[in-house]
Amino acid sequence: METTLPMSIEKVSEDKDTRSGFGAGLHELGKKNKNVVALCADLTGSLKMDAFKKEFPDRFFQVGIAEANMIGIAAGLTIGGKIPFTGTFANFSTGRVYDQIRQSVAYSGKNVKICASHAGLTLGEDGATHQILEDIGMMKMLPGMAVINPCDFNQTKDATIAIADIDSPVYLRFGRPKVPNFTGGKYPFVFGKALKFFYGTDVTIFATGHLVWKALEAKKILDEKGISAEIINIHTIKPLDVEAVIASVRKTKSVVTAEEHQMNGGLGDSIAQVLAQHFPAPIEMVAVNDSFGESGTPEQLLKKYGLDTPNIVEAAEKVISRKGN
Amino acid sequence: MPTTDELKSIASQTRRDILRMVHAVNSGHPGGSLGCTDFFVALYHEVMKPDAKNFTMDGIGEDLFFLSNGHISPVWYSVLAHYGYFPVSELATFRKLNTRLQGHPTTHEGLPGVRIASGSLGQGLSVGIGAALAKKLNNDKSIIYTLHGDGEMQEGQIWEAAMYAAANKVDNIIATIDVNGRQIDGDTDQVLNMGSLEAKWQAFGWDVMHMNGNDMQEVVNGLNKSKTLTGKGKPVMILMKTEMGAGVDFMMGSHEWHGIAPNDAQLEKALGQLEQTLGDY
Repeated sequence: METTLPMSIEKVSEDKDTRSGFGAGLHELGKKNKNVVALCADLTGSLKMDAFKKEFPDRFFQVGIAEANMIGIAAGLTIGGKIPFTGTFANFSTGRVYDQIRQSVAYSGKNVKICASHAGLTLGEDGATHQILEDIGMMKMLPGMAVINPCDFNQTKDATIAIADIDSPVYLRFGRPKVPNFTGGKYPFVFGKALKFFYGTDVTIFATGHLVWKALEAKKILDEKGISAEIINIHTIKPLDVEAVIASVRKTKSVVTAEEHQMNGGLGDSIAQVLAQHFPAPIEMVAVNDSFGESGTPEQLLKKYGLDTPNIVEAAEKVISRKGN
Repeated sequence: MPTTDELKSIASQTRRDILRMVHAVNSGHPGGSLGCTDFFVALYHEVMKPDAKNFTMDGIGEDLFFLSNGHISPVWYSVLAHYGYFPVSELATFRKLNTRLQGHPTTHEGLPGVRIASGSLGQGLSVGIGAALAKKLNNDKSIIYTLHGDGEMQEGQIWEAAMYAAANKVDNIIATIDVNGRQIDGDTDQVLNMGSLEAKWQAFGWDVMHMNGNDMQEVVNGLNKSKTLTGKGKPVMILMKTEMGAGVDFMMGSHEWHGIAPNDAQLEKALGQLEQTLGDY
């Protein structure tokens, strides 16, 4: 029942980075499933793959700074029953190796898990060369490729473990900074299922990745303004939980999407496509608008590029004002 | 164990199939296919001898082959069909709508014998290395074979893979380069001179050997010799000298027949040079 949901979402630990959730999940998976193997392109520490490497050295492949080769080797390892998890930064996991993923993994139907850290602006000071904001779009366009963008440590860990049981290529996107950890328990990760945090009636906010916590912060502010916002986490961007999207928007009749990605090709784009086909409703998208990032702290960058809590609040108020009578 | 004459007989039919397949759809790549025919026939019928009737993607316990230069699909399809992976009559569907015999090989349509898509060049060596690593993890002593074009050596990923395999002692892989000296735009020396492939692969830490790819007995001997080089801590490279268009006199000696099909008269002339040994599809 809607009324049984809590009035607020509590953190369940100190703030943690999502990449550490990946490392923890991979390590646990290594113990559970002997067919799981891991590959890394000279970023073992950054990807938090050390524990797996230490405990399962025979199943860990250091490929050096050679991402194209890493993807090809991963595709080959599936032939013989292995479940390879590749690890490098999101930029080098996608744009740099798009053709290798397209031909050797996606078109070939290989069970490779492409695990990508340091996605988006919150990579921070390294700047735009590394802050990929196009990866979700590139990966979701590939036929048969699942795309998951978890929001915190627990969700990243759970997603990492869950995708070993999905017999298809998966793109798993996570990040660098420490962020609130609040899922798990009552808020489990279920592949392909939208995760609802709050029921609301005025507007639905679909958020993914690091912006989920921002959406929860926005919820509090909207509450104070007397606006009832439904907060839904879309961690699995593809396949999208179409039923959950439509069901929510039938009720609220207006939508805000929030993501650390280009507006072109991101979550907002996927939601808009579903709604245009099934239940047209006004949408405001909190996303990067056709721009590269730059150096700065994660918080400074989210603010400058309009991906912060006030931007979600503003988008909600605006989209409600656009509703038809 | 087939005799050399029996292998030559299969090769003659394979060359006829290649020409008829590309002629039927007025597209495809006969040049490299004809050049590598002897290699494919020897590899399947004499060296690997895989279980065609019980094809599995994982291929546990058997030698596996990966074609990296996927555009020479006609020769592979013909050899796979005559070896027993699928009906020879299916060769007539090559490059036609709804076929399993796509222009470039793919797993997507479920064609037995194919384990990875190829066509975009430079990826097959990495895939082969991955499969070789899986063999090692599985304690499977069989061997991985890959084939590449010499023009394909211009792709950077090849050298990433070369470095990896030597550094990690992937010694259960035998890669072969079809050294015909031709690519689409002309001779490889003219398009992008690669210098000495032998010196390069040796410098990258591979055990390098040479083989005449258009002499059946030498191909058989060369492949058998390459097997003795596996398991010694180094990946194995065969630099296989071939003639693009081998077996058809007017198709040899240039790059012109890399990717065009013969017309009716040219087909007739070419088939006149190749004995029909197993029956045309």
